[in-house]
Amino acid sequence: MSRARTVAPTPKTAPTDAPAPLALAATGLAVEIDGVRLLDAVDFSATPRRVHALIGPNGAGKSTLLAALAGDRPAAAGTVHLGDTPVASRSPKALARLRAVLTQEHAVSFPFPVREIVAMGRHPWAGSAAADDDDHEIDAAMAATEVGHLAARTVPSLSGGERARVALARVIAQRTPVLLLDEPTAALDLKHQEDVLRLARAHAAAGATVVVVLHDLNLAAAYADDLTLLRLGRVVATGAPGAVLTAERIEAVYGQAVDVVPHPRTGVPLVLPVR
Amino acid sequence: MTDTRSSAPAAGTAPDLPNAADAPTATDAVLPSLASNPARGLAPRTRSALLFGGLAVALVVGVVVSAGAGQLPVPPHEVWNSLLRGLGLSDAPEALPNTDSALWNIRFPRIAMALLIGAALAMAGTVMQAIFANPLAEPGVVGVSSGAALGAAAAIVLGWTAFGDWVTAVAAFVAGLGATLVVYLASRAGGRTEVVTLVLTGIAINAFAGGALAFLTFMGDTGSREEIVFWQLGSLNGARWPGVAVMLPLVVVAGVAALLLGRTLDLFSLGERGARHLGVRVETVRIVSIVVVAVLVCSAVAFAGIIAFVGLIVPHLMRMVIGPAHRPLLVASALGGALLLILADLAARTMVPMADLPIGMLTSIIGGPFFFWLLRRTRRRSGGWG
Repeated sequence: MSRARTVAPTPKTAPTDAPAPLALAATGLAVEIDGVRLLDAVDFSATPRRVHALIGPNGAGKSTLLAALAGDRPAAAGTVHLGDTPVASRSPKALARLRAVLTQEHAVSFPFPVREIVAMGRHPWAGSAAADDDDHEIDAAMAATEVGHLAARTVPSLSGGERARVALARVIAQRTPVLLLDEPTAALDLKHQEDVLRLARAHAAAGATVVVVLHDLNLAAAYADDLTLLRLGRVVATGAPGAVLTAERIEAVYGQAVDVVPHPRTGVPLVLPVR
Repeated sequence: MTDTRSSAPAAGTAPDLPNAADAPTATDAVLPSLASNPARGLAPRTRSALLFGGLAVALVVGVVVSAGAGQLPVPPHEVWNSLLRGLGLSDAPEALPNTDSALWNIRFPRIAMALLIGAALAMAGTVMQAIFANPLAEPGVVGVSSGAALGAAAAIVLGWTAFGDWVTAVAAFVAGLGATLVVYLASRAGGRTEVVTLVLTGIAINAFAGGALAFLTFMGDTGSREEIVFWQLGSLNGARWPGVAVMLPLVVVAGVAALLLGRTLDLFSLGERGARHLGVRVETVRIVSIVVVAVLVCSAVAFAGIIAFVGLIVPHLMRMVIGPAHRPLLVASALGGALLLILADLAARTMVPMADLPIGMLTSIIGGPFFFWLLRRTRRRSGGWG
């Protein structure tokens, strides 16, 4: 949980294998929309090779924090650093080569075939040496998200879960050292939820910095190295799942009594609502 | 330009029946290209080859037939000879007297204008649909065309034309650009444009422009009134070479700009946030696109008045055949728009004997129901008004 952003030099050229690691950190971050303060005094850091989950009740500011980390929302106070440079001072194209974002919105306005949508993820690399790998990256991303069989289908003809996986494939194809995923499991069935988080873990293992918004505390506990619990735009707790997920804290934040028990086989904390 | 326009019915090239009967030939030529749509089994490359080939052939046939039709019927091979003679590629003598003068003074400039305006409107519709991320955006529907017509009418009635003929075109451009900006700012929410907001914004702008045009019509003298009616109905009657010379560079520059944006426009399908995440400078692309749309639409309106729905029908049909990728779609739309306007103009000149129908009326009569069908379909498919 060090806030040291010492790690990575900015990759100037295309990473052909694993992208150069890059840390992401927010310091004293505040975000306002229409005069309403949605985030206040948020300190956050995500480091390479780790999956960091953002959790909290509805309206806690998880998506807002993710958007601020992505450089979508300007900071009203504080800073967001990607590597050793503030996100606000990087160009859109430079940012697109460093971080990929999966939003909750997966709609596509025109009936593009699935493969063309995934290929859009390669757009930031157009004209660079990495563009030579386009076909390979697209195929790999589609295989990893199990959408290969949908390649020729158009997006509007897909189910919600299939669309979500196509969007994820596009994000993976972007091949950035930082992945920001907003509720990637929302529309998915049991197996695909696990698949997506396994994929996130695999990317972290390969050196990526992964930040993921999750609603399911058990998924978060099982797959994340670090958790940050938000409530009303402020950080309540941050640290290892076992330290953050205590029954008292969850009850205080969510207003729902829970039991937290260790998983019988893995020992990972299991959060069970008191019913 | 003004004098021919004010005496519209008399100046119209009177048709005769044999030529009117030729019209379906050109229409038939369109069908093979559109017919490739049902043949969904075809490889995408084959399909676009068929489309571009079909459109090119249909365009050539359409131009020759259209040039031959009218008060002075000219058989196709004579049209061809005259074309070559004019370009200095042939010295075969005229088979019929006055052929060259009728073709080169009246029909060819009109055809050239139809090609340019059709291409301009169809490309403008394609670009507009891309930046609005909505297949129902169309310059006529959302009020850009009537905004431009209002600018032109103001220039006419308030006497600004005393400064020169170009003032009307500039006024049309400025007002059209303003209307485009208003629609864009008013109809978006969260980086996307909902159908219902877009259509309602269009209603508001069209209502305002309609009211203001009515006021100007009321204020103006008889001459201005006839000119305003011309802007509202849309007509290619009065197209001359000087107009073509102004229109050509505008369409070429704006068209090339649109093609250069093509790949970026694809990314707008993911919504503005999605495009930004992929490195697109959304604000810059948005502004450039709006200027491109305004240049295309307003130059078309400046020379031919409001010709609605071309920008809706053509891109939609082309998308059905070759898919939504914007580079090929823009080229196909330009060809398809040019073809549609050639055919519509041929119909306008030959459908009713001794009259030159307003072409904007024709496109609206076809386009209105088409828009309605598209609206219903979009609504059904997206399960609401999204």
